[in-house]
Amino acid sequence: MEPTKTNNPDYYHKVVDCQWACPAHTDVPEYIRKIAQGEFTEAYMQNRESNVFPGILGRVCDRPCEPACRRGRTNEAPVAICRLKRVAADHRDEDIKDHLPVIPEQKNGKRIALIGAGCASLAVANDLMPVGYECTIFEALPEPGGLMRSNIPSFRLPAQVLNEEIGYIVDMGADLKLNHPIESMKDLLDEGYHAVFVGTGAPKGKELNLPGREEGGANIHIGITWLESVAFGHLETIGKRVLIIGVGNTAMDCCRTSLRLGAEDVKVMARKPREFFKASDWELEDAEEENVEIIVNHSPKEFIVENGRLTGMKFRQVEYEIEYGRIVNQMTTAEVIVPCDDVILAIGQDNAFPWIERDLGIEFDQWEVPIVDKTTFESTLPGVFFGGDSAFGPKNIIWAVEHGHQAAISIHRHCQGKDLHDRLPVMMNLSSRKMGMHEWSFSNDFDPAARRKMKHVELSQRFRDLTTEVELGFTAEQAQQEVERCLNCDIQTVFFDSLCIECDACLDICPTQCLTMTPDTDMDAVLSHMKAPRRNKEQMLLISEPLKQTARIMVKDENLCLHCSLCAERCPTAAWDMKKALFKFPRAIDYKDDVHNCPDHTGRNR
Amino acid sequence: MTFIAKPRIDLPGQRTNEIGLYRRDYEGVLSTLCAGCGHDSITAAIVQAFWEMSIPPEKVVKLSGIGCSSKTPAYFISGAHGFNSVHGRMPSVATGAMAGNRDLVCIGVSGDGDSLSIGFGQFGHAVRRNVNMLYIIENNGVYGLTKGQFSASADKGSKSKKGSINQWKNIDSVSTALSMGGSFAARSFSGDREQLVTLIKAGVKHPGCAVLEVVSPCVTFNNHQGSTKSYSYTRDHYHPASQTDFIPPATEIKATYAEGESTIVELHDGSKLLLKKTDEGYDATNRSRVLRYLEQQRARGEVVTGLLFINGELPEMHQIYGTSHTPLKDIGFEKLNPGSEVLAKLQSRMR
Repeated sequence: MEPTKTNNPDYYHKVVDCQWACPAHTDVPEYIRKIAQGEFTEAYMQNRESNVFPGILGRVCDRPCEPACRRGRTNEAPVAICRLKRVAADHRDEDIKDHLPVIPEQKNGKRIALIGAGCASLAVANDLMPVGYECTIFEALPEPGGLMRSNIPSFRLPAQVLNEEIGYIVDMGADLKLNHPIESMKDLLDEGYHAVFVGTGAPKGKELNLPGREEGGANIHIGITWLESVAFGHLETIGKRVLIIGVGNTAMDCCRTSLRLGAEDVKVMARKPREFFKASDWELEDAEEENVEIIVNHSPKEFIVENGRLTGMKFRQVEYEIEYGRIVNQMTTAEVIVPCDDVILAIGQDNAFPWIERDLGIEFDQWEVPIVDKTTFESTLPGVFFGGDSAFGPKNIIWAVEHGHQAAISIHRHCQGKDLHDRLPVMMNLSSRKMGMHEWSFSNDFDPAARRKMKHVELSQRFRDLTTEVELGFTAEQAQQEVERCLNCDIQTVFFDSLCIECDACLDICPTQCLTMTPDTDMDAVLSHMKAPRRNKEQMLLISEPLKQTARIMVKDENLCLHCSLCAERCPTAAWDMKKALFKFPRAIDYKDDVHNCPDHTGRNR
Repeated sequence: MTFIAKPRIDLPGQRTNEIGLYRRDYEGVLSTLCAGCGHDSITAAIVQAFWEMSIPPEKVVKLSGIGCSSKTPAYFISGAHGFNSVHGRMPSVATGAMAGNRDLVCIGVSGDGDSLSIGFGQFGHAVRRNVNMLYIIENNGVYGLTKGQFSASADKGSKSKKGSINQWKNIDSVSTALSMGGSFAARSFSGDREQLVTLIKAGVKHPGCAVLEVVSPCVTFNNHQGSTKSYSYTRDHYHPASQTDFIPPATEIKATYAEGESTIVELHDGSKLLLKKTDEGYDATNRSRVLRYLEQQRARGEVVTGLLFINGELPEMHQIYGTSHTPLKDIGFEKLNPGSEVLAKLQSRMR
């Protein structure tokens, strides 16, 4: 069998499931270990390196890392990765200026325009300012933050956290122009910027054109627009009975915000059964904790308007036939009218660019979405870049941040006159964590503790105003317990076949039976020999060179390994070692002027 | 050894055996032997065999003497009965235990020091009495617990870690067991898990004293060049004389085999052993030929493994003594202890 090539950084990177799942590749186990050691500022900075907004994301991230968490494979809940990020942000030093990158006084003479002061644009500025660029950020609203400010209610994300983390970037010297909507791309391009980045998000809420929409218009709101009005204090009340149409995360924000504006009976109306909900489980839980009723299998049919005023909404009750998680058939069983005073539509959002002239060379597809290169984020007009929701439609903050990192590299390459596709590779460094006999510089003892539950503000205290943050953060004890649940997937089990004496010690001590020694034959035979059957084909097998004594091969199923390091402890010849895989993801500042174009895309100098 | 206990982890898809137990239920406490010790491998083989045979842990009695090998019963089947005896005296305790409760599955774990030096006499008599037990001798050729002196099973001419050459001829437990009239003698290697598990199963099912010597390299004191009990030496000179398949009761023999090349040995509980000869003319049921064969191979320096001799018809201890079929624990107190009057009567008969 072909031995596994582990020198490609992707191999070990994939083993660190959380880091692999994170669009910005945050080194989760490393910052969790730093929290465990009480190094909160270092943990915060470790986060900031990848995701730029640890305090914000520690509260509202969509957490692609948690479903991927290895803990989840032991019939337990994943590590509370997101909330630990908040722990780092909550307990770090007040002043982190010394840790932030130094901004050169001497600028490089290149001016960049960033449209929209949301997470994508801010991430671009964060990467380009330290290189010496002059960044101008244009924002239509009176405050920066984009959807983080306008669409995420402050009881989930306090304004102070936002201001602080946006402040770090603006204070690098970015020119932030508030109340400054861009009306024409052409005019902006004429101003002679060296590059333009569009980070305007997906600001257009989807409409629901049903009978009565116009007549009842005064009490029918578009979710994201409504949230924005609330965020900026333009709207302070809502009716007693509110219906939310749609069951995504925006719907959850709408229903919980309604409660704080005086609504008493809030229902979320879902078209499909619960397993098809788009909202994250934890957001659903939080809404239900506040006694929001989520009603499934109700498809909107009509707004009921009496005497020019919205009085209710008519729904079709639908039954679904589901096979293997897919709807194969549906039928309407009845129609009901649900009375209400207000309806909020939260059924999705689109990006919209009425301000980009269509004759500039920026091409759009049939759905009016700009054509953007998936690697460089460049549009069809060289020098114009898109990122965040404005590039590929609604995703979430962490994706926008990664778009920002990549776009910043492209902008830098563009301004240098270099090939945008000629990018530095991801680098990996493996270093042993062995300190001595049975001593490792990480906590390798498997802790079976269950996930800690974060304390929330009492229900009776919650609805007095909009700004009372519901989540209280982890207590010191909770954080201490939660960090120990991390399995340290970044500490890799590295095998040296030449040292192995085939004593079976590692195979016998492995608590998950993820190791197998088997004759070197074909894949089918190897799989049939596995001590524990391979259950997840997405996860890799580590296959060694033939061993010295019997020419058998060592096979490890990365899916099952819990990184407890018992194999390495048991090994009499140190054929197994536990090595920290440290990945370096290139940022704009890593592209020095002397990096030449190299045809093999290795990024190495010639 | 490790300092961290092997954690118990709830993984999806773990299998149970016929009596609903997980493999982990057959494990014991954290091993304190050296990392890479062959004994730990044997422990794992015992765990696997007992789990696969679905033997209830409370039906098992595990016994040992003194030495590295004799520490191992602590590392498997925590739910079993156990006794850690004086050096070399495990066979006496086993004989007593089995005399008291013949329904138990008895596994005695001993080493080359425990059975071939200080307990040599005890070993011989357990074999001679054909006590119904699995008698494992973990053979590493050195006294590991006292820092690696040659043991009685060290081969003549082999080299110690410090460089001295062994001058004495070794005691071979398999041929000793055969000449003591043993009914089952086998040899295996801690590095051959498949064979070892099969032989453990065969030994457990064999009605009598099943002697199973396992070459078990001592990574600390006897795994160097010049050693004849190292991992690499054993693998280089490994010579299976027969291949054994263990077929549980009421299971069909699926493997095809040519006439005359295989022997089927039926055991009392209905399980069968299918012996496939790998050496021409090898007959594991013929004592004198086996002895001659062993001597031949020893001269060639081969490590002969496999089920080397079996005779399931020899009477075991209870049959020889004609003792009660009921374990003593199930016989009422009144019957076991009929009182001083009966004793007096018995004694008067002997005057």
